[in-house]
Amino acid sequence: MTIWVLIGILIKMLVVVGVTQGAVAYLILVERKIAAYAQDRIGPNRCGREIGVPFALIQPLADGAKMLLKEDVVPKYVTKPLYILAPWIAIATAMIGFAVVPFGPVGPNQIIDFQIAPNVDIGILYVLAVGSLAVYGVILAGWASNNKYAFIGGLRSSAQLISYEIPLGLSILGMVLIAGSLDMNRIMAWQSRHVWGILVQPLGFILFFTSAFAETNRLPFDLPESEQELVGGFHTEYSAMKFGMFFLGEYLHVITVSFITVILFFGGWDVPFVTSPDQSGLLWAIVKVGVITSKVGLVILFIMWVRWTLPRFRYDQLMDLAWKSMIPLALINLVMTAGIVQLVRTYWV
Amino acid sequence: MRVDDPKLKKIEPPTMSLGDRFYLPQVAAGLLVTAKHIFGVAFQDKAITVQYPEQQHVPSPVYRGVHRLNKDEEGRPKCVACMLCATACPAHCIDIVGATAPPSWPDREKYPESFVIDELRCIYCGMCEEACPVEAIELTGLYDLTGLSREEMIFDKAKLLSVFDVTRDAEPMKFTTPPPAGRPTPTQALDSPVS
Ligand code: SF4
Ligand code: SF4
Repeated sequence: MTIWVLIGILIKMLVVVGVTQGAVAYLILVERKIAAYAQDRIGPNRCGREIGVPFALIQPLADGAKMLLKEDVVPKYVTKPLYILAPWIAIATAMIGFAVVPFGPVGPNQIIDFQIAPNVDIGILYVLAVGSLAVYGVILAGWASNNKYAFIGGLRSSAQLISYEIPLGLSILGMVLIAGSLDMNRIMAWQSRHVWGILVQPLGFILFFTSAFAETNRLPFDLPESEQELVGGFHTEYSAMKFGMFFLGEYLHVITVSFITVILFFGGWDVPFVTSPDQSGLLWAIVKVGVITSKVGLVILFIMWVRWTLPRFRYDQLMDLAWKSMIPLALINLVMTAGIVQLVRTYWV
Repeated sequence: MRVDDPKLKKIEPPTMSLGDRFYLPQVAAGLLVTAKHIFGVAFQDKAITVQYPEQQHVPSPVYRGVHRLNKDEEGRPKCVACMLCATACPAHCIDIVGATAPPSWPDREKYPESFVIDELRCIYCGMCEEACPVEAIELTGLYDLTGLSREEMIFDKAKLLSVFDVTRDAEPMKFTTPPPAGRPTPTQALDSPVS
Protein backbone atom coordinates (compact mmCIF):
# COMPACT_ATOMS: atom_id res chain seq x y z
CA MET A 1 0.00 0.00 0.00
CA THR A 2 1.59 3.21 -1.08
CA ILE A 3 1.36 6.37 0.96
CA TRP A 4 -0.98 7.86 -1.64
CA VAL A 5 -3.51 5.11 -1.20
CA LEU A 6 -3.41 5.73 2.52
CA ILE A 7 -3.94 9.45 2.06
CA GLY A 8 -6.77 8.72 -0.35
CA ILE A 9 -8.44 6.52 2.24
CA LEU A 10 -8.04 9.19 4.91
CA ILE A 11 -9.61 11.79 2.65
CA LYS A 12 -12.47 9.45 1.84
CA MET A 13 -13.01 8.82 5.54
CA LEU A 14 -13.15 12.52 6.28
CA VAL A 15 -15.57 13.13 3.44
CA VAL A 16 -17.81 10.25 4.44
CA VAL A 17 -17.89 11.26 8.09
CA GLY A 18 -18.52 14.89 7.24
CA VAL A 19 -21.17 14.19 4.67
CA THR A 20 -23.05 11.68 6.78
CA GLN A 21 -23.06 13.93 9.84
CA GLY A 22 -24.31 16.81 7.76
CA ALA A 23 -26.86 14.55 6.16
CA VAL A 24 -28.10 13.43 9.57
CA ALA A 25 -28.58 17.04 10.66
CA TYR A 26 -30.65 17.83 7.62
CA LEU A 27 -32.49 14.52 7.66
CA ILE A 28 -33.74 15.41 11.11
CA LEU A 29 -35.10 18.63 9.66
CA VAL A 30 -36.69 16.70 6.80
CA GLU A 31 -38.18 14.23 9.22
CA ARG A 32 -39.66 17.02 11.31
CA LYS A 33 -41.15 18.50 8.19
CA ILE A 34 -42.65 15.18 7.09
CA ALA A 35 -43.98 14.60 10.57
CA ALA A 36 -45.65 17.97 10.46
CA TYR A 37 -47.10 17.44 7.01
CA ALA A 38 -48.49 14.05 7.94
CA GLN A 39 -50.21 15.68 10.88
CA ASP A 40 -51.52 18.66 8.88
CA ARG A 41 -49.04 21.02 10.48
CA ILE A 42 -46.34 23.12 8.86
CA GLY A 43 -43.36 22.27 11.01
CA PRO A 44 -40.17 24.26 11.52
CA ASN A 45 -40.37 27.40 9.36
CA ARG A 46 -39.10 30.23 11.51
CA CYS A 47 -35.46 29.57 12.36
CA GLY A 48 -33.36 31.94 10.28
CA ARG A 49 -36.26 33.90 8.88
CA GLU A 50 -34.91 37.12 10.37
CA ILE A 51 -31.66 36.79 8.47
CA GLY A 52 -33.37 35.75 5.28
CA VAL A 53 -32.80 31.99 5.29
CA PRO A 54 -35.85 30.27 3.82
CA PHE A 55 -37.48 27.02 4.95
CA ALA A 56 -35.81 27.07 8.39
CA LEU A 57 -32.65 25.78 6.78
CA ILE A 58 -30.53 26.72 9.78
CA GLN A 59 -32.76 24.80 12.15
CA PRO A 60 -30.18 21.94 12.28
CA LEU A 61 -27.60 24.43 13.57
CA ALA A 62 -30.01 25.51 16.27
CA ASP A 63 -30.74 21.90 17.15
CA GLY A 64 -27.04 21.13 17.30
CA ALA A 65 -26.29 24.16 19.45
CA LYS A 66 -29.05 23.14 21.80
CA MET A 67 -27.64 19.63 22.12
CA LEU A 68 -24.20 21.00 22.91
CA LEU A 69 -25.22 23.77 25.27
CA LYS A 70 -27.79 21.96 27.36
CA GLU A 71 -26.84 20.90 30.82
CA ASP A 72 -25.21 17.51 30.63
CA VAL A 73 -26.48 15.68 33.69
CA VAL A 74 -24.51 12.70 34.93
CA PRO A 75 -26.48 11.21 37.81
CA LYS A 76 -24.46 10.33 40.91
CA TYR A 77 -25.50 6.71 40.96
CA VAL A 78 -24.37 5.67 37.47
CA THR A 79 -21.34 3.53 36.68
CA LYS A 80 -19.46 6.39 35.16
CA PRO A 81 -16.98 4.83 32.71
CA LEU A 82 -19.59 2.59 31.11
CA TYR A 83 -22.19 5.33 31.20
CA ILE A 84 -19.93 7.60 29.19
CA LEU A 85 -18.73 4.81 26.93
CA ALA A 86 -22.20 3.65 25.84
CA PRO A 87 -23.12 6.55 23.52
CA TRP A 88 -19.68 6.34 21.94
CA ILE A 89 -20.28 2.70 21.16
CA ALA A 90 -23.61 3.60 19.61
CA ILE A 91 -21.96 6.14 17.31
CA ALA A 92 -18.84 4.14 16.56
CA THR A 93 -20.71 1.01 15.53
CA ALA A 94 -22.91 3.07 13.26
CA MET A 95 -19.92 4.85 11.71
CA ILE A 96 -17.64 1.90 11.01
CA GLY A 97 -20.31 0.23 8.92
CA PHE A 98 -19.68 2.87 6.29
CA ALA A 99 -16.20 1.50 5.70
CA VAL A 100 -17.41 -1.05 3.17
CA VAL A 101 -20.45 0.71 1.76
CA PRO A 102 -19.84 1.67 -1.87
CA PHE A 103 -21.08 5.18 -2.61
CA GLY A 104 -20.56 4.77 -6.28
CA PRO A 105 -18.74 2.62 -8.80
CA VAL A 106 -15.77 0.60 -7.56
CA GLY A 107 -13.48 -1.44 -9.68
CA PRO A 108 -10.17 -1.73 -11.48
CA ASN A 109 -11.31 0.45 -14.37
CA GLN A 110 -12.40 3.36 -12.18
CA ILE A 111 -10.35 6.45 -11.37
CA ILE A 112 -11.52 6.55 -7.77
CA ASP A 113 -13.00 3.75 -5.74
CA PHE A 114 -16.04 5.18 -4.04
CA GLN A 115 -15.57 3.04 -1.00
CA ILE A 116 -13.32 3.51 2.00
CA ALA A 117 -12.21 -0.10 2.03
CA PRO A 118 -12.61 -1.39 -1.53
CA ASN A 119 -12.55 -5.04 -2.50
CA VAL A 120 -13.64 -6.42 0.82
CA ASP A 121 -15.02 -9.78 -0.22
CA ILE A 122 -17.25 -10.12 2.81
CA GLY A 123 -18.74 -6.65 2.73
CA ILE A 124 -22.27 -7.63 3.65
CA LEU A 125 -21.09 -9.88 6.44
CA TYR A 126 -19.00 -7.05 7.85
CA VAL A 127 -21.92 -4.62 7.85
CA LEU A 128 -24.12 -7.15 9.62
CA ALA A 129 -21.38 -7.90 12.12
CA VAL A 130 -20.70 -4.30 13.12
CA GLY A 131 -24.39 -3.52 13.00
CA SER A 132 -25.03 -6.15 15.63
CA LEU A 133 -22.40 -4.55 17.87
CA ALA A 134 -24.86 -1.72 18.40
CA VAL A 135 -26.55 -3.90 20.97
CA TYR A 136 -23.55 -3.32 23.27
CA GLY A 137 -24.27 0.39 23.31
CA VAL A 138 -27.87 -0.28 24.24
CA ILE A 139 -27.24 -2.82 26.94
CA LEU A 140 -24.32 -0.91 28.46
CA ALA A 141 -26.40 2.25 28.59
CA GLY A 142 -29.18 0.41 30.36
CA TRP A 143 -26.83 -1.33 32.76
CA ALA A 144 -24.60 1.61 33.58
CA SER A 145 -27.57 3.89 34.25
CA ASN A 146 -28.11 1.88 37.43
CA ASN A 147 -31.82 2.48 37.22
CA LYS A 148 -34.30 -0.33 36.89
CA TYR A 149 -36.34 1.33 34.16
CA ALA A 150 -33.30 1.96 32.04
CA PHE A 151 -32.06 -1.54 32.73
CA ILE A 152 -35.29 -3.23 31.75
CA GLY A 153 -35.47 -0.92 28.75
CA GLY A 154 -31.98 -1.98 27.77
CA LEU A 155 -32.80 -5.67 28.10
CA ARG A 156 -35.98 -5.25 26.10
CA SER A 157 -34.16 -3.39 23.36
CA SER A 158 -31.33 -5.85 23.14
CA ALA A 159 -33.81 -8.72 22.92
CA GLN A 160 -35.46 -6.91 20.04
CA LEU A 161 -32.21 -6.12 18.25
CA ILE A 162 -30.95 -9.66 18.55
CA SER A 163 -34.25 -11.20 17.44
CA TYR A 164 -34.38 -9.15 14.28
CA GLU A 165 -30.76 -9.85 13.40
CA ILE A 166 -31.84 -13.36 12.44
CA PRO A 167 -34.39 -12.54 9.72
CA LEU A 168 -32.15 -9.67 8.64
CA GLY A 169 -29.25 -11.99 7.99
CA LEU A 170 -31.37 -14.76 6.48
CA SER A 171 -33.18 -12.46 4.09
CA ILE A 172 -29.93 -11.12 2.68
CA LEU A 173 -28.59 -14.60 1.98
CA GLY A 174 -31.01 -15.19 -0.89
CA MET A 175 -29.56 -12.27 -2.79
CA VAL A 176 -26.06 -13.37 -1.89
CA LEU A 177 -26.72 -16.85 -3.30
CA ILE A 178 -28.14 -15.46 -6.52
CA ALA A 179 -25.33 -13.02 -7.13
CA GLY A 180 -22.81 -15.54 -5.85
CA SER A 181 -20.85 -13.08 -3.76
CA LEU A 182 -20.80 -11.28 -0.44
CA ASP A 183 -19.09 -8.33 -2.07
CA MET A 184 -21.56 -5.51 -2.55
CA ASN A 185 -19.92 -4.33 -5.76
CA ARG A 186 -20.37 -7.72 -7.37
CA ILE A 187 -23.98 -7.87 -6.22
CA MET A 188 -24.59 -4.50 -7.87
CA ALA A 189 -22.79 -5.61 -11.02
CA TRP A 190 -24.93 -8.75 -11.15
CA GLN A 191 -28.09 -6.70 -10.88
CA SER A 192 -26.86 -4.39 -13.58
CA ARG A 193 -26.37 -7.35 -15.93
CA HIS A 194 -29.60 -9.14 -15.03
CA VAL A 195 -32.47 -7.64 -13.02
CA TRP A 196 -32.84 -5.71 -9.80
CA GLY A 197 -32.84 -7.75 -6.63
CA ILE A 198 -36.38 -6.84 -5.67
CA LEU A 199 -37.66 -8.74 -8.73
CA VAL A 200 -35.85 -11.96 -7.94
CA GLN A 201 -36.20 -11.72 -4.16
CA PRO A 202 -39.50 -9.94 -3.40
CA LEU A 203 -40.06 -11.85 -0.17
CA GLY A 204 -36.45 -11.37 0.80
CA PHE A 205 -36.85 -7.66 0.27
CA ILE A 206 -39.95 -7.37 2.44
CA LEU A 207 -38.34 -9.38 5.21
CA PHE A 208 -35.10 -7.45 4.98
CA PHE A 209 -36.77 -4.09 4.97
CA THR A 210 -39.03 -4.98 7.90
CA SER A 211 -36.15 -6.23 10.00
CA ALA A 212 -34.18 -3.17 8.99
CA PHE A 213 -36.87 -1.02 10.58
CA ALA A 214 -36.55 -3.02 13.77
CA GLU A 215 -32.76 -2.94 13.69
CA THR A 216 -32.68 0.81 13.38
CA ASN A 217 -35.33 1.23 16.08
CA ARG A 218 -37.64 3.03 13.73
CA LEU A 219 -41.37 2.97 14.08
CA PRO A 220 -43.35 0.72 14.11
CA PHE A 221 -40.59 -1.04 16.04
CA ASP A 222 -39.20 1.78 18.16
CA LEU A 223 -39.77 0.03 21.47
CA PRO A 224 -36.29 0.87 22.71
CA GLU A 225 -37.50 4.44 22.86
CA SER A 226 -41.31 4.43 23.13
CA GLU A 227 -41.17 7.76 24.86
CA GLN A 228 -44.91 8.11 25.29
CA GLU A 229 -45.57 5.09 27.41
CA LEU A 230 -42.25 4.00 28.85
CA VAL A 231 -40.24 6.97 30.11
CA GLY A 232 -37.51 6.57 27.52
CA GLY A 233 -36.12 3.05 27.67
CA PHE A 234 -32.40 2.54 27.88
CA HIS A 235 -31.45 6.19 27.45
CA THR A 236 -33.68 7.52 30.22
CA GLU A 237 -30.70 8.85 32.16
CA TYR A 238 -28.97 10.47 29.22
CA SER A 239 -29.20 14.14 28.47
CA ALA A 240 -27.81 16.75 26.13
CA MET A 241 -25.13 15.58 23.73
CA LYS A 242 -24.98 12.07 25.17
CA PHE A 243 -28.59 11.59 24.24
CA GLY A 244 -27.83 13.27 20.94
CA MET A 245 -25.16 10.67 20.25
CA PHE A 246 -27.64 7.83 20.58
CA PHE A 247 -29.89 9.72 18.26
CA LEU A 248 -27.09 10.34 15.80
CA GLY A 249 -26.09 6.68 15.92
CA GLU A 250 -29.62 5.64 15.12
CA TYR A 251 -29.82 7.99 12.20
CA LEU A 252 -26.47 6.86 10.84
CA HIS A 253 -27.81 3.36 11.09
CA VAL A 254 -30.80 4.40 9.01
CA ILE A 255 -28.47 5.71 6.33
CA THR A 256 -26.40 2.51 6.29
CA VAL A 257 -29.48 0.35 6.11
CA SER A 258 -30.88 2.42 3.27
CA PHE A 259 -27.62 2.04 1.38
CA ILE A 260 -27.75 -1.71 1.82
CA THR A 261 -31.38 -1.84 0.74
CA VAL A 262 -30.54 0.07 -2.41
CA ILE A 263 -27.43 -1.96 -3.08
CA LEU A 264 -29.05 -5.34 -2.57
CA PHE A 265 -32.51 -4.81 -3.96
CA PHE A 266 -32.63 -1.68 -6.10
CA GLY A 267 -29.54 -2.13 -8.21
CA GLY A 268 -27.27 0.34 -6.45
CA TRP A 269 -25.98 2.80 -9.07
CA ASP A 270 -27.82 0.93 -11.80
CA VAL A 271 -30.37 2.53 -14.07
CA PRO A 272 -31.68 -0.07 -16.52
CA PHE A 273 -30.41 0.35 -20.08
CA VAL A 274 -28.24 3.31 -19.10
CA THR A 275 -25.45 2.19 -16.84
CA SER A 276 -23.22 -0.85 -16.87
CA PRO A 277 -20.32 -1.96 -14.70
CA ASP A 278 -17.87 -1.47 -17.55
CA GLN A 279 -18.35 2.25 -17.89
CA SER A 280 -15.41 4.22 -16.60
CA GLY A 281 -14.48 7.85 -16.44
CA LEU A 282 -15.32 10.71 -14.17
CA LEU A 283 -18.65 11.56 -15.74
CA TRP A 284 -20.09 8.11 -15.27
CA ALA A 285 -18.69 8.00 -11.76
CA ILE A 286 -20.54 11.19 -10.89
CA VAL A 287 -23.74 9.95 -12.51
CA LYS A 288 -23.57 6.71 -10.58
CA VAL A 289 -22.89 8.44 -7.27
CA GLY A 290 -25.86 10.67 -8.00
CA VAL A 291 -28.09 7.71 -8.80
CA ILE A 292 -27.20 5.74 -5.71
CA THR A 293 -27.52 8.70 -3.35
CA SER A 294 -30.89 9.72 -4.74
CA LYS A 295 -32.15 6.16 -4.41
CA VAL A 296 -30.92 6.14 -0.83
CA GLY A 297 -32.66 9.44 -0.26
CA LEU A 298 -35.92 7.98 -1.50
CA VAL A 299 -35.58 4.97 0.78
CA ILE A 300 -34.93 7.26 3.76
CA LEU A 301 -37.98 9.32 2.86
CA PHE A 302 -40.00 6.13 2.71
CA ILE A 303 -38.74 5.10 6.14
CA MET A 304 -39.86 8.47 7.52
CA TRP A 305 -43.20 8.19 5.79
CA VAL A 306 -43.79 4.80 7.43
CA ARG A 307 -42.84 6.25 10.79
CA TRP A 308 -45.76 8.67 10.70
CA THR A 309 -48.19 6.06 9.44
CA LEU A 310 -47.95 2.93 11.50
CA PRO A 311 -48.63 2.66 15.21
CA ARG A 312 -46.09 1.05 17.48
CA PHE A 313 -46.17 -2.71 18.02
CA ARG A 314 -46.82 -4.19 21.42
CA TYR A 315 -43.80 -6.02 22.73
CA ASP A 316 -45.25 -9.53 22.45
CA GLN A 317 -46.51 -8.76 18.95
CA LEU A 318 -43.03 -7.61 18.08
CA MET A 319 -41.51 -10.86 19.23
CA ASP A 320 -44.28 -12.92 17.59
CA LEU A 321 -43.64 -11.22 14.30
CA ALA A 322 -39.93 -11.95 14.42
CA TRP A 323 -39.99 -15.53 15.67
CA LYS A 324 -43.27 -16.89 14.37
CA SER A 325 -43.54 -15.18 11.01
CA MET A 326 -40.36 -13.64 9.77
CA ILE A 327 -37.80 -16.26 10.69
CA PRO A 328 -39.82 -19.17 9.19
CA LEU A 329 -40.55 -17.14 6.08
CA ALA A 330 -36.92 -16.16 5.74
CA LEU A 331 -35.90 -19.80 6.07
CA ILE A 332 -38.40 -20.89 3.43
CA ASN A 333 -37.18 -18.12 1.15
CA LEU A 334 -33.59 -19.15 1.67
CA VAL A 335 -34.17 -22.84 1.02
CA MET A 336 -36.25 -22.19 -2.09
CA THR A 337 -33.71 -19.73 -3.43
CA ALA A 338 -30.89 -22.16 -2.80
CA GLY A 339 -32.80 -24.90 -4.63
CA ILE A 340 -33.61 -22.72 -7.61
CA VAL A 341 -30.11 -21.32 -7.85
CA GLN A 342 -28.74 -24.85 -7.78
CA LEU A 343 -31.14 -25.97 -10.54
CA VAL A 344 -30.31 -22.98 -12.70
CA ARG A 345 -26.60 -23.48 -12.26
CA THR A 346 -26.88 -27.18 -13.11
CA TYR A 347 -29.09 -27.02 -16.16
CA TRP A 348 -28.76 -23.59 -17.77
CA VAL A 349 -25.27 -22.37 -17.08
CA MET B 1 -75.52 -6.83 36.31
CA ARG B 2 -75.31 -10.58 35.84
CA VAL B 3 -73.35 -12.24 33.13
CA ASP B 4 -76.47 -13.76 31.52
CA ASP B 5 -78.48 -10.56 31.74
CA PRO B 6 -80.48 -10.28 28.49
CA LYS B 7 -79.84 -6.56 28.38
CA LEU B 8 -76.14 -7.22 28.16
CA LYS B 9 -74.84 -6.51 24.70
CA LYS B 10 -71.90 -8.59 23.60
CA ILE B 11 -69.54 -6.94 21.19
CA GLU B 12 -67.40 -9.23 19.12
CA PRO B 13 -64.25 -7.85 17.56
CA PRO B 14 -64.61 -7.84 13.79
CA THR B 15 -62.99 -10.83 12.15
CA MET B 16 -59.90 -10.03 10.19
CA SER B 17 -59.85 -10.82 6.52
CA LEU B 18 -56.88 -12.53 4.95
CA GLY B 19 -55.60 -9.18 3.75
CA ASP B 20 -55.79 -7.77 7.26
CA ARG B 21 -53.87 -10.67 8.63
CA PHE B 22 -51.12 -10.24 6.10
CA TYR B 23 -50.57 -6.69 7.38
CA LEU B 24 -49.10 -5.50 4.13
CA PRO B 25 -52.29 -4.46 2.28
CA GLN B 26 -53.38 -2.56 5.37
CA VAL B 27 -49.94 -1.02 5.69
CA ALA B 28 -50.23 0.16 2.10
CA ALA B 29 -53.70 1.57 2.79
CA GLY B 30 -52.32 3.42 5.79
CA LEU B 31 -49.43 4.80 3.79
CA LEU B 32 -51.91 6.10 1.27
CA VAL B 33 -53.76 8.00 3.98
CA THR B 34 -50.64 9.72 5.29
CA ALA B 35 -49.44 10.34 1.75
CA LYS B 36 -52.63 12.26 1.08
CA HIS B 37 -52.05 14.40 4.15
CA ILE B 38 -48.40 15.02 3.33
CA PHE B 39 -49.31 15.93 -0.24
CA GLY B 40 -52.17 18.12 0.92
CA VAL B 41 -50.02 20.21 3.24
CA ALA B 42 -46.97 20.30 1.02
CA PHE B 43 -48.67 21.24 -2.23
CA GLN B 44 -52.21 22.34 -1.50
CA ASP B 45 -51.74 24.41 1.64
CA LYS B 46 -54.07 22.30 3.69
CA ALA B 47 -52.40 22.77 7.08
CA ILE B 48 -54.99 23.25 9.77
CA THR B 49 -52.77 25.06 12.24
CA VAL B 50 -52.82 28.77 13.02
CA GLN B 51 -49.53 30.57 12.40
CA TYR B 52 -49.74 32.28 15.73
CA PRO B 53 -48.04 35.63 15.93
CA GLU B 54 -49.22 36.55 12.44
CA GLN B 55 -52.69 35.01 12.71
CA GLN B 56 -54.63 35.40 15.89
CA HIS B 57 -56.79 32.61 17.15
CA VAL B 58 -60.32 33.66 18.02
CA PRO B 59 -61.48 31.68 21.04
CA SER B 60 -65.09 30.73 21.54
CA PRO B 61 -67.26 33.28 23.38
CA VAL B 62 -67.26 31.09 26.46
CA TYR B 63 -63.48 30.94 26.63
CA ARG B 64 -62.03 31.84 30.01
CA GLY B 65 -58.88 33.90 29.81
CA VAL B 66 -57.35 36.75 31.80
CA HIS B 67 -59.52 38.41 34.44
CA ARG B 68 -60.76 41.93 34.32
CA LEU B 69 -62.35 44.16 36.92
CA ASN B 70 -65.40 45.85 35.47
CA LYS B 71 -66.04 49.55 35.91
CA ASP B 72 -69.41 51.14 36.32
CA GLU B 73 -70.71 54.12 34.34
CA GLU B 74 -68.74 56.55 36.44
CA GLY B 75 -65.52 54.68 35.87
CA ARG B 76 -65.27 53.30 39.40
CA PRO B 77 -64.56 49.62 39.94
CA LYS B 78 -67.86 47.82 40.39
CA CYS B 79 -66.39 45.62 43.10
CA VAL B 80 -67.84 46.09 46.58
CA ALA B 81 -65.11 44.13 48.37
CA CYS B 82 -67.48 41.43 49.60
CA MET B 83 -64.74 38.78 49.37
CA LEU B 84 -67.09 36.24 47.84
CA CYS B 85 -64.78 35.64 44.89
CA ALA B 86 -61.76 35.17 47.13
CA THR B 87 -63.78 32.71 49.21
CA ALA B 88 -64.98 30.80 46.19
CA CYS B 89 -61.60 30.61 44.54
CA PRO B 90 -60.33 27.03 44.78
CA ALA B 91 -56.76 28.09 44.07
CA HIS B 92 -56.72 30.86 46.69
CA CYS B 93 -55.19 33.26 44.28
CA ILE B 94 -57.35 36.32 44.92
CA ASP B 95 -56.16 38.70 47.59
CA ILE B 96 -58.45 41.64 48.46
CA VAL B 97 -58.00 44.37 50.99
CA GLY B 98 -61.31 46.12 51.52
CA ALA B 99 -61.76 49.65 52.84
CA THR B 100 -64.73 51.79 53.76
CA ALA B 101 -66.05 53.55 50.72
CA PRO B 102 -65.55 57.31 50.58
CA PRO B 103 -68.66 59.35 51.41
CA SER B 104 -68.94 60.38 47.77
CA TRP B 105 -69.84 56.77 46.90
CA PRO B 106 -73.25 56.49 48.59
CA ASP B 107 -74.22 53.24 46.80
CA ARG B 108 -71.81 51.00 48.68
CA GLU B 109 -70.20 50.49 52.02
CA LYS B 110 -66.82 49.16 50.95
CA TYR B 111 -64.51 49.19 47.99
CA PRO B 112 -61.31 47.24 47.32
CA GLU B 113 -58.26 49.19 48.34
CA SER B 114 -56.12 46.56 46.77
CA PHE B 115 -57.19 43.69 44.55
CA VAL B 116 -54.52 41.24 43.49
CA ILE B 117 -54.85 38.05 41.45
CA ASP B 118 -51.94 35.69 41.00
CA GLU B 119 -52.49 34.67 37.39
CA LEU B 120 -49.95 31.90 37.72
CA ARG B 121 -51.87 30.11 40.43
CA CYS B 122 -55.25 30.68 38.86
CA ILE B 123 -56.76 27.65 37.15
CA TYR B 124 -59.22 29.75 35.13
CA CYS B 125 -62.18 27.89 36.54
CA GLY B 126 -64.43 30.94 36.55
CA MET B 127 -65.69 30.40 40.09
CA CYS B 128 -64.89 33.99 41.00
CA GLU B 129 -67.03 35.19 38.13
CA GLU B 130 -69.88 32.96 39.28
CA ALA B 131 -69.59 34.07 42.90
CA CYS B 132 -69.53 37.82 42.37
CA PRO B 133 -72.92 39.37 43.29
CA VAL B 134 -72.34 42.57 41.34
CA GLU B 135 -70.67 41.13 38.21
CA ALA B 136 -67.51 43.01 38.99
CA ILE B 137 -65.03 40.30 38.04
CA GLU B 138 -65.09 38.60 34.66
CA LEU B 139 -62.85 36.37 32.64
CA THR B 140 -62.09 37.75 29.19
CA GLY B 141 -61.11 36.09 25.95
CA LEU B 142 -57.51 37.27 26.21
CA TYR B 143 -55.28 34.24 26.03
CA ASP B 144 -51.80 35.45 25.11
CA LEU B 145 -50.79 35.94 28.68
CA THR B 146 -47.05 35.94 29.10
CA GLY B 147 -44.55 37.48 31.40
CA LEU B 148 -40.83 37.50 31.90
CA SER B 149 -40.99 36.99 35.65
CA ARG B 150 -43.33 35.62 38.27
CA GLU B 151 -43.89 39.11 39.65
CA GLU B 152 -45.10 40.30 36.30
CA MET B 153 -47.87 37.73 36.41
CA ILE B 154 -49.32 38.96 39.66
CA PHE B 155 -52.02 41.40 38.53
CA ASP B 156 -52.97 44.28 40.79
CA LYS B 157 -56.11 46.40 40.71
CA ALA B 158 -54.75 48.90 38.18
CA LYS B 159 -53.78 46.16 35.79
CA LEU B 160 -57.08 44.34 36.16
CA LEU B 161 -58.94 47.55 35.48
CA SER B 162 -56.76 48.22 32.47
CA VAL B 163 -57.72 44.81 31.08
CA PHE B 164 -61.30 46.04 31.24
CA ASP B 165 -60.38 49.15 29.25
CA VAL B 166 -58.69 47.02 26.62
CA THR B 167 -61.50 44.51 26.25
CA ARG B 168 -64.52 46.73 26.89
CA ASP B 169 -65.47 47.17 23.25
CA ALA B 170 -64.75 43.65 22.08
CA GLU B 171 -66.45 41.99 25.04
CA PRO B 172 -69.29 43.88 26.68
CA MET B 173 -70.03 42.98 30.25
CA LYS B 174 -71.68 39.62 29.99
CA PHE B 175 -74.65 40.22 32.24
CA THR B 176 -75.38 43.91 32.02
CA THR B 177 -75.25 44.75 28.36
CA PRO B 178 -77.05 42.81 25.65
CA PRO B 179 -74.62 41.14 23.27
CA PRO B 180 -73.99 42.87 19.95
CA ALA B 181 -76.21 41.60 17.16
CA GLY B 182 -75.03 38.39 15.57
CA ARG B 183 -72.88 37.36 18.44
CA PRO B 184 -74.40 34.59 20.55
CA THR B 185 -74.54 34.95 24.28
CA PRO B 186 -72.47 32.41 26.16
CA THR B 187 -75.57 30.35 26.88
CA GLN B 188 -76.70 30.31 23.28
CA ALA B 189 -73.25 29.31 22.16
CA LEU B 190 -73.37 26.38 24.56
CA ASP B 191 -76.87 25.33 23.53
CA SER B 192 -76.29 25.18 19.80
CA PRO B 193 -74.97 21.70 19.02
CA VAL B 194 -72.26 22.64 16.51
CA SER B 195 -70.97 26.14 16.08
S1 SF4 C 1 -60.81 31.66 37.82
FE1 SF4 C 1 -60.96 30.21 39.52
S2 SF4 C 1 -58.87 29.99 40.20
FE2 SF4 C 1 -58.91 31.79 38.93
S3 SF4 C 1 -59.22 33.46 40.35
FE3 SF4 C 1 -61.21 32.84 39.64
S4 SF4 C 1 -61.93 31.38 41.14
FE4 SF4 C 1 -59.74 31.60 41.43
S1 SF4 D 1 -67.10 38.86 44.53
FE1 SF4 D 1 -67.20 40.64 43.19
S2 SF4 D 1 -67.77 42.30 44.49
FE2 SF4 D 1 -67.15 40.65 45.83
S3 SF4 D 1 -64.99 41.06 46.18
FE3 SF4 D 1 -65.05 39.71 44.46
S4 SF4 D 1 -65.08 41.05 42.69
FE4 SF4 D 1 -65.56 42.29 44.43
